[in-house]
Amino acid sequence: MKFNTRRGTVLVALTLAASTALTACGGGDGDGDGGGGNGSSSITFLPKNLGNPYFDASSTGGERAAEEFGGSFEEVGPTNATPDAQVPFINTAAQQGVGALVVSANDPTALGDALEEARDAGVKVVTFDSDVDPEYRDVFVNQASPEGIAESQIDIIAEQIGEEGEIAILSAAANATNQNTWIELMEEYAAETYPDIEIVETTYGDDDDQTSFDKTAALLQSHPDLKGIVSPTTVGIAAAARYLSTSQYKGQVALTGLGTPNQMREFVEDGTVTAFALWNPEELGYLAAYAAHALVEGDITGEEGDTFEAGDLGEYTVGADGEILLGDPTVFNADNIGDFDF
Amino acid sequence: MSALKPTPATAGSGGPSGSGGDARSERIYAAYARPAWQRWLFTRETAVIALLVGVLVWANVEVPNFDGPLTLYYLFLDLMPILLIALPMTLIIITGEIDLSVASTVVLTSAMTGVLCIDLGWSFGAAALAAIALGAVAGAFNGFLVGYVGLPSLAVTIGTLALYRGIAVGLLGTEAKTGFPDEWTDRVKERIGESSYPQVLIVFGVLAVLFVLLLHFSSFGRGVYEIGLNDEAARFSGVDVARTKLLLFVLAGAVSGLAGVYYTLRYDLARGDSASGLELQVIAAVLLGGVSIFGGRGALHGVVAGVLLIGVITSAMRLQGETENVTTIVIGLLLVASVVTPSLLAWASGRLPSRGRGKSGPGRSDPA
Repeated sequence: MKFNTRRGTVLVALTLAASTALTACGGGDGDGDGGGGNGSSSITFLPKNLGNPYFDASSTGGERAAEEFGGSFEEVGPTNATPDAQVPFINTAAQQGVGALVVSANDPTALGDALEEARDAGVKVVTFDSDVDPEYRDVFVNQASPEGIAESQIDIIAEQIGEEGEIAILSAAANATNQNTWIELMEEYAAETYPDIEIVETTYGDDDDQTSFDKTAALLQSHPDLKGIVSPTTVGIAAAARYLSTSQYKGQVALTGLGTPNQMREFVEDGTVTAFALWNPEELGYLAAYAAHALVEGDITGEEGDTFEAGDLGEYTVGADGEILLGDPTVFNADNIGDFDF
Repeated sequence: MSALKPTPATAGSGGPSGSGGDARSERIYAAYARPAWQRWLFTRETAVIALLVGVLVWANVEVPNFDGPLTLYYLFLDLMPILLIALPMTLIIITGEIDLSVASTVVLTSAMTGVLCIDLGWSFGAAALAAIALGAVAGAFNGFLVGYVGLPSLAVTIGTLALYRGIAVGLLGTEAKTGFPDEWTDRVKERIGESSYPQVLIVFGVLAVLFVLLLHFSSFGRGVYEIGLNDEAARFSGVDVARTKLLLFVLAGAVSGLAGVYYTLRYDLARGDSASGLELQVIAAVLLGGVSIFGGRGALHGVVAGVLLIGVITSAMRLQGETENVTTIVIGLLLVASVVTPSLLAWASGRLPSRGRGKSGPGRSDPA
C-alpha cells in the first residue's frame, strides 16, 4: 500500500511537470510559427508514390513553373502507392496551411474526406494524372482524354501485329483508376475497329518492377500464340521490355503502351519496341502547378469557362466538371525519341 | 512492475548498497532493494516517457505548425489502429510469443465489413460486430496452433499473415468497397467537445483500462509474465499456459477486428492493400515501449508512450518535409538503441563489484 501511494505521488508530479513544460512551449511559440508555411503560392505536390520516374518528371515541371511565378514548391509522398498512405500527407498540408495541394490520387473516393478537411483549412486542391470525385477538388488537370489514350495504344499495337491475333494487357494495380478506364475503352475500341484482334488476358503488375517482369513471363507462357502486349503504365512497359529483350520472344511479340523515353530508349534502339505513347509528364506537372497558382491567386475558381495563362504552354480553359485537358499523347519511335529527355 | 523473479541475495554477497544490508537473516529481493521512487523512476518505461516529453517539447518549439490545432487530432486518428493493437500485442510479447498477422486481420475484417455492408446490405453495426467476431476467430486459429498444437508463433503468424490478406484480396476481387454510411464515418472523426482529441480516444481509453487491469492487476496477468519468464515453471505453479495463449491471440484478433472496422470508417474504404506494414509498426512501438522480446517484462504505460513517441516523430518529421525513408531510419535507429541500451546497462551493472546480480541468469538482468 505504501508503495502505491508513493508511486502515485511521483506519477502526479511527473504529469504536472510534463504538462507545464508542454503548455509553456505551446503557448509561447504559437503565433510566430503560424505564418511561416502560409505563403500564398506555396505549392505541395503529392504524387501516388515517390521514386517513380513518371512523377519525378511531373514534379520537375511543377518546380519549374513555381520558379517562374515565384512560388515555393515541395514534393511529398508515400513509398507505397496506397490511399491510406497518402492521407497523412494531405493532413499535413492542411496543418501547414499550404496554398495549394497538387495530388495524383490512389483512390477516387478514399481521399475525399481528407481533401475536404484540407479545403476547409483554406488549401486549394488540384488533382492531376489520377482524379478524385469532382466534389472533393477544385480542378483536375487531365493528361489526355481517356479515349485518346486508349485509341492511340490500340492503333499502335494493331499496326505492329497486322491487325489480327491475340494480345494481352499488363496493367498497374487492380484498383488503378486510370488504367481501368483505359482498359475498358481499349476493349470497346478494339472490338469495334479491329474485330480480328482478341484481348486474351488482363494481368496486374501492381506498378512494381519485379511483379510486372514476372507477370510478363507468365503471360508469354500461358498464351503461346500471343502476338502483342499493351502495358498502359510506365513501370509495366519497362519491365515487360526488359523481359522481352532477353527472351526468345524479342521481335516476335510486339510491345507498346505508355512509357517514358528515358526508360524505353534502349529497347527502342535494340528493336524490342517499335513505338509507344505518352503525354509529356513534365508539361503535365507544369500545367498543374500553374492551375494551382491561378486558383490561389483567385484568377480561376474551377468554374467551366474560366481561363488562365500557363507559362510556355499558353492559355487554357477549364472545361466541364473542372477539367483542364493537357492535349493529345505523343507517339515516340526511333525517329523522334532522341528529342526527349524525361 | 519489473523483475518478478525474486533473487534472494545471500548475506555473504555483501547486500545491496544503502539499504540496511546488515540484517543477516533477512532475505533481500534484488528488485526491491531500492526505495520505491527509484524503482519507479529508473525504468525503461520512464525513459520512453521522458523521451516522448522531450520530443514533444522539441516539436512544439522547432517544428513549424506542430502546435497548430490539427496536429494532435490527426496524430491520434493516424495512431488509433497502432494504439489499439499494441494493447493485446504487449501481452502476447510478454508471454514470449509474437503475432505478425494483425495487419492482415485488419484488412480481412475491413474487407468483411465492406462485403457485408455494401454488397449484402447489412446495417453497418451488424457488419462491424460480425467483423470483430471474424477477427476473434482468426485470432483463435493462431492461438489454437500456438497454444494447443505447440507450434512457434513466429511461423504460425507468418503463415496467417499471408493467408488472411489472401482471403481479403479474394473477397474483394479487384475492387475497393467504398460509400459506407455517413453517420458512421463521421462518428469516428468527431472530436471530444471543442478539443483536438477525437472521440475514438474514449474507446481506446476504456480498452486501455481493461488491459491494464488484466495485465497488471489480475492473476491472469501474473500468469502472462510467468509464462514469459519460464513456461515450465508457470505450468507447475498452476497457470494454464495453453489457454492463456489462446485467449491472448483471440484478444489480439478481436482488437485487430475493431481496428479493421475503424480503418474502414476512417478512410471510407475497404481495400486489399490497406494497412501494409502495420504489424511491424505495432511491434516496433511495443518493443520501444520497453517490452522485452524474450518475454517476461514490460508494462502498458511504456507501450502507450512508445506508440505516441513513434507517432510524434513521424508527424513532426512529415511537417518538416522529410521523406518517409528518413523517418523510418530515425525510428529504426531508436528501436535498435532501445534494444541495445538495456543490455549495455546490464553489462555495465554486472561489472559493478558490490552486486550479486550474476545469479539472475543471462539476458534477464533488469536495469531498474
